[in-house]
Amino acid sequence: MAQRVTTSRKIINTLAAWLVGFIIFFPILWMVLASFKTELEAFAMPPSFLFFDWTTENYSIVQERSDYLHHAMNSVIIAGGSTLIAMLIAIPAAWSMAFAPSHRTKDILLWMLSTKMMPSVGVLVPIYLIFRDFGLLDSRAGLVFILCLGNLPIVVWMLFTYFKEIPKDILEAARMDGATTLKELVYVLTPMAIPGLASTLLLNVILAWNEAFWTLNLTTSEAAPLTTFIASYSSPEGLFWAKLSAASTLAIAPILVLGWFSQKQLVRGLTFGAVK
Amino acid sequence: MGSITLKGVRKSFGAHDIIKGADLEIKDGSFVVFVGPSGCGKTTLLRMIAGLEDVSGGAIMIDGANVVDVPPAKRGLSMVFQSYALYPHMSVRGNIAFGLKMAGLPKAEIDKKVEDAAAILNLTNYLERKPRELSGGQRQRVAIGRAIVREPKAFLFDEPLSNLDAALRVQMRLELTRLQRQLGTTAIYVTHDQVEAMTMADQIVVLSAGKIEQSGSPLDLYERPDNLFVAGFIGSPKMNFITGRLAEEKGAKTIGIRPEHLGVNKQSQGWVGKVAVAEHLGADTFLYVDVPEIGTPTARCSGEMAVKVGDSVGLVPDETRLHRFDGDGKAIR
Amino acid sequence: MATQQTKTIGRLLLSPAVALLLFWMIVPLAMTIYFSTLNYNLLNPGMETFVWFENFTYFVTDPAFMASVQNTLVLVGSVLAITIILGVAVALLLDQDMFGQGFVRIMVIAPFFVMPTVSALVWKNLLMHPVSGLFAWIAGIFGVTPIDWFTDMPLFSIILIVSWQWLPFAALILLTALQSLDEEQKEAAVMDGAGPVSIFFYITLPHLARPITVVILIETIFLLTVFAEIFVTTGGGPGTQTTNLAFLIYSKALLQYDVGGASAGGLIAVVIANIVAFFLVRIVGRNLEA
Repeated sequence: MAQRVTTSRKIINTLAAWLVGFIIFFPILWMVLASFKTELEAFAMPPSFLFFDWTTENYSIVQERSDYLHHAMNSVIIAGGSTLIAMLIAIPAAWSMAFAPSHRTKDILLWMLSTKMMPSVGVLVPIYLIFRDFGLLDSRAGLVFILCLGNLPIVVWMLFTYFKEIPKDILEAARMDGATTLKELVYVLTPMAIPGLASTLLLNVILAWNEAFWTLNLTTSEAAPLTTFIASYSSPEGLFWAKLSAASTLAIAPILVLGWFSQKQLVRGLTFGAVK
Repeated sequence: MGSITLKGVRKSFGAHDIIKGADLEIKDGSFVVFVGPSGCGKTTLLRMIAGLEDVSGGAIMIDGANVVDVPPAKRGLSMVFQSYALYPHMSVRGNIAFGLKMAGLPKAEIDKKVEDAAAILNLTNYLERKPRELSGGQRQRVAIGRAIVREPKAFLFDEPLSNLDAALRVQMRLELTRLQRQLGTTAIYVTHDQVEAMTMADQIVVLSAGKIEQSGSPLDLYERPDNLFVAGFIGSPKMNFITGRLAEEKGAKTIGIRPEHLGVNKQSQGWVGKVAVAEHLGADTFLYVDVPEIGTPTARCSGEMAVKVGDSVGLVPDETRLHRFDGDGKAIR
Repeated sequence: MATQQTKTIGRLLLSPAVALLLFWMIVPLAMTIYFSTLNYNLLNPGMETFVWFENFTYFVTDPAFMASVQNTLVLVGSVLAITIILGVAVALLLDQDMFGQGFVRIMVIAPFFVMPTVSALVWKNLLMHPVSGLFAWIAGIFGVTPIDWFTDMPLFSIILIVSWQWLPFAALILLTALQSLDEEQKEAAVMDGAGPVSIFFYITLPHLARPITVVILIETIFLLTVFAEIFVTTGGGPGTQTTNLAFLIYSKALLQYDVGGASAGGLIAVVIANIVAFFLVRIVGRNLEA
């Protein structure tokens, strides 16, 4: 700020911003609080805000009765696996488009982007039938495959925008120094692109972790990740708010942490570099 | 050894010619400067020699062998980039050693060579630092170190000094020429700065629009430019060109005279005109004089001469230093 | 500019990604097109007959279709309006000088990272429950009859939840865009005698025009196919009041096992999404030069 802001103005700004932030954040906070209540207190009217008997029993119950860890593991495998495979396919592709572009590179990039815009629901039927016929329904492999393909365009795009910022000279210097394309990728490009690779990885793990169309439609129990697991609380007989809150808190906590780390890169990744 | 010969080297993108057939002989151990305005193809030509660009036609011979189909790393050349292109994630040591590591040299030998190069370049105390912790001049030295450590047949420099400030540029210019003489390795140096070209080169190659206009020693080019382009490009301030009646009297389409070869007098001898601008540099003064029929030629006079804007002065060209050019811009000798 | 060799290697390295995406795009889409011309129900396997465009006429003339299109449009339009207007406001607020800006940012962005099933259930139960929800308690304090959200205004309830999820996205992107606004431009405007309001309308808003477009397009792509939030709260009901196009296709396919009808609906969704995608791709493409 070039102009000096008066302290009183700054205090008003602070109060207003904190209030708005608090309101937006409140549902999450409320859920976390509920997860430490007993079921009775969670339903209680008037609601108790801080002065209730804090208990962690919901967390142990969630784990004991519903195999929470099993589903969390599924989420880790599905989100992590699909992202890693997508990265392995996308790094060479993004290298190619950033450093050995042809006159068609731009079209290919935009075409990749447009595949991401195909609504999943448009291909629900064939994918469901293919999965049924190949025995992939409710399997982790199937979901890894689908989410990998679904996120591949974003991964390629993000990597491409990061690679674009690495000066071509440096890769040419490596070439003059006798590095083969593979060595160039391993010794020079990858270490230089680590911040970009990390945020691409992070954002895509988040997207895959929260993906709730394919996971809901293609899994039921064995391979069900947390999205599907939480959805099972929607049935009227399963209305245990405190336990729902505990399970939800556990399901979103790791992603909130990752998300906060990646928020700076988020904008770029989500807008395909259109806003930086 | 490192003699380089270009034979009819061409590069085109579709119908568009970037390099229109370059022929050039570079002797082993010489310092050659490619100079020309931006977009003239000098960097492209250098990158073609390096192997970073394809050749559309012709041959590039290094020590007598055509290397057109040889990948960059196998040509035995090393390059210093305009941006230095240091590997930001490696230490100075890692940067200098990278080429040797790629060549698979034993570690002890790499260490020795890196340390020798560092000693030559005064980088010994910085070997463990990262490039971002170095000043511009030091980065420049690391880039040079990376080039010399591989003991190449020739160095390729792509405008290496353009990112340095003026004082450092002069200093690095000296260091570079001294180092090249000391190592005796052929060097090809690309710049758009004709002062760098004049001060550093054994041989200057002037390029314009993808064509070699002239090649020769700095004084050769200064004293006997082949054409209007070279005459105008080499020398600072620029040579004055005069067309019309005065030129025709000398049997030429255009005549050229350098500012330093125009004698200035206050006795209204020669071409008489009014001083439009006077640039006092101290030792010298450059005068821009409005002369009817001729235009506004530049003249150099001693800094001690008292002239100011609006004064009437006479300009007398040194007839022996007069350049004459025909209708195609070619020098008449 | 590069050598032929690098270009060849480049093509080689690009091909796996291109091949996979091509496969991903063509195979299911071709199958969808094929299925859409069949009378094909999973409950009667082996009875498929070719019916030309009957599925389309059937799907389009189904009263649920018009309802779902209307619901989709209302949902997309309302969420866009809410998130953009509030997003600009939040971004402007966060762009001010204050204490603890980083922390506020973290609070604002958080809902975006919450998985859809969680946010839908937390809102439906903990906040919007007509008896024990927090909103009911607040209504009680003011002596107002609590709203039975999912009975009385089901679509609006969904809109509220989805807006909460997407507000952080809009706010964060607009904030990033605001921070890239040249401070000197504002100073020049101040020198020219512009007040805060004129600065907003003549400098800030035009600067935000492009990011707002980007937000609109990206959100539209995702909002057209909102699914999990409906799936876990209303199941499309009551009646078809919260059935959007995506949910209608889902229920045709996996609840009624009508492959042909669902495929026809799927193609309609693809066409609608492509119209939006066309504009988004053009904007992104323009940014790609250099």
